[in-house]
Amino acid sequence: MSYIISPSPHTKFIYTVPVMMFIVLIALVPATIAGVVIFGIKALLLVLVCVLAALLTEFLIVRLMKKELTLADGSAAVTGLLLALTLSPEVPLFAAFLGTVFAVAVGKHLFGGLGYNVFNPALVGRAFLAAAFPVHMTTWLAPFAYRAVDAVSSATPLALMKFEHVLTPYKVLFFGNVAGCIGETSAVLILIPALLLMWKGIINWRIPTSYLGSVVLLGGFFWLMNPANYPDPLFHLLAGGLMLGAFFMATDLVTSPLTKKGMWIFGAGAGILVVIIRLFSGLPEGVMYSILFMNAFVPLINRYTRPRILGRQK
Amino acid sequence: MSSPQNMKTFKQGIHPEYHKQRTENREVIEAAVPKKVIIPLHQHTGATCDPLVKVGDEVKEGQKIGDTSKFISAPIHASISGKVTKIDKLPHPCGVNILSVVIEGNGEKRDAESGTRDANVSPEEIRKIVREAGIVGLGGAAFPTHVKLTPPEGKKIDTILINGCECEPYITADHRIMLERTEDMIAGAMLAAQATGAKRIIVGIEDNKPNALGKVKTELRRLKAEHIEVAELETKYPQGGEKMLIKAVLDREVPSKGLPLDVGVVVINVGTAVAIAEAVKFGNPLIKRVVTVTGSGIKEPQNLLVRIGTTFQEIVDQCGGLNQVATKIIMGGPMMGVSQHTLEIPVVKATSCILVLSPTDVKEKKLYPCVKCAKCVDYCPMFLVPSRLSAFSENAKYSDFEDWGGRDCIECGCCTYMCPAGIPIVHWIKLAKLKLSQMK
Repeated sequence: MSYIISPSPHTKFIYTVPVMMFIVLIALVPATIAGVVIFGIKALLLVLVCVLAALLTEFLIVRLMKKELTLADGSAAVTGLLLALTLSPEVPLFAAFLGTVFAVAVGKHLFGGLGYNVFNPALVGRAFLAAAFPVHMTTWLAPFAYRAVDAVSSATPLALMKFEHVLTPYKVLFFGNVAGCIGETSAVLILIPALLLMWKGIINWRIPTSYLGSVVLLGGFFWLMNPANYPDPLFHLLAGGLMLGAFFMATDLVTSPLTKKGMWIFGAGAGILVVIIRLFSGLPEGVMYSILFMNAFVPLINRYTRPRILGRQK
Repeated sequence: MSSPQNMKTFKQGIHPEYHKQRTENREVIEAAVPKKVIIPLHQHTGATCDPLVKVGDEVKEGQKIGDTSKFISAPIHASISGKVTKIDKLPHPCGVNILSVVIEGNGEKRDAESGTRDANVSPEEIRKIVREAGIVGLGGAAFPTHVKLTPPEGKKIDTILINGCECEPYITADHRIMLERTEDMIAGAMLAAQATGAKRIIVGIEDNKPNALGKVKTELRRLKAEHIEVAELETKYPQGGEKMLIKAVLDREVPSKGLPLDVGVVVINVGTAVAIAEAVKFGNPLIKRVVTVTGSGIKEPQNLLVRIGTTFQEIVDQCGGLNQVATKIIMGGPMMGVSQHTLEIPVVKATSCILVLSPTDVKEKKLYPCVKCAKCVDYCPMFLVPSRLSAFSENAKYSDFEDWGGRDCIECGCCTYMCPAGIPIVHWIKLAKLKLSQMK
């Protein structure tokens, strides 16, 4: 009779990397369905192209480098789906394909693959597309435009606010009947799954809390200073990609800080950047750049926010 | 009863599945006297003992067979009467071969000590008796108890903490001791207080053992020993760790590289307290201990009072033997226990549990790269950054490891329990600690 020898502990918690990734995928399904319902079959095609392109790129790279196949860890599928959700339904399929290849190849594998990338791969792909296809990336479709004879283009709530000072009603923002990216239409369909994920410890609650909190505080500050010119904090929260970014992009395990204090700083920094970009830059939306910018600071944040070890002075 | 909100505990830590129901209601029964015992001369933290007997010698149960002049050590006693047949390096449950004395029994019983000793013993006498009885911490770390009871010059001990947490899953030995040996446990606690001059005694028990909490409180009232306090603690692993228990009960932090006595505390396990009482009151050396034999691989799980040196095989046989599914033998609990390749190893003073697991219990996780999920950071009771420490160890960056506080790790394994990437974090940390100690 031979017995298994292994180091302690001999019992493990149920979470594994693929389990966590697949739970994130499932949590994104409601927002994805909403995007398809609102923007039509084109949105569905974009989602499929991105997810398949991510899996294909992952497969080819891992094969070329003669590493063990990693498709089953779920991380490539998450990158593909997240990227699709940040695209305008007007983006051509081949552009989405290119963006996804860039996301997985450059955003993830150039840095060493899962666990080693500095920047959120989906956002790297989106940044690439924003530079390579600026017109397609900023042309938006009105909700349910596919029911009309000719597709109706429309401005996003943030662009309406910024360039025309038109405020979209909260109820519309909350339930998502607005122009925008596929996954950023309905705040509530992001929020409910995200709360479940935070409760189950799949995503950390500190980052979204400090992210959204700092947007409310800083956005609120400017609104109080000049309510005629700047939107109120609730509008900041519900419009654009903030919900998707705060709950599913900023909380990306690999590219967010390790320490609790670091997570607060990371979220707060991203929140401040969003408000600054939205209010004072040439762009209507700043979620993508706020997160990518803070990703770069993560190693530094980790280094300077080491927890106080029990029994030691700081 | 207090609600979980205001119940005491430490910060972070985990809530594993406890699996204690198999044995928690089973009374401790004495195991059969073995025909042969293998008694390692190193069963404690500190120096190995030298043998005091040679092959061919007749020894009596309770006779001292190993000792040393080193302070941090504890003598070893024969657990049965008989003949020494072998003194050699033999397998020890910690995984290496240790100089051990093999005794073939002749069935003779030990002569009972005549009467009990005078209760009025001096601190010096208590320490001497405890040392001579070979008492070490029975919670698992096996630190010599007489050393704990000897506060160095200038250190004042104000509190004795009796550790009844038993936070490791599966194990119920301490739980049963608190229920069945309550009076001796209290007597031992008072003797420890007497030896150290401590004014306060607190018994810390987790709230998953309500009957032990009740029994201890009732017994304290009956014995008019109500100056002894009982602290009800929220069940959480690793509360039984000295640093966690002191933080939970007294809100004091043992300094890095320091000992509990640096904050005026001595922590004593409930089984150790009973051993102290037995040694002082009846003159019994430590030759038996309570062992929980459990897990899905054991046919009849039990709590047994076992003689030191009995082989795992004999004990398992007394518990109905192994199931078909038995695939992993562990000495200790599932969190910090050591897996064994054979049952031909002896029970030592630190053996609180023999745990036999099945393949469904020991599902190993597939290894992934660290995804920086920070679960290890969130749950580390010492507030370390385990994923970093593990990576430093893997890359042999030992000075970075030390700089990030790697030596403060208590090796509880919470990080590895949580890690979704299946990285053996605590294993890497132990390796780096070993490397560092070898460099010095």
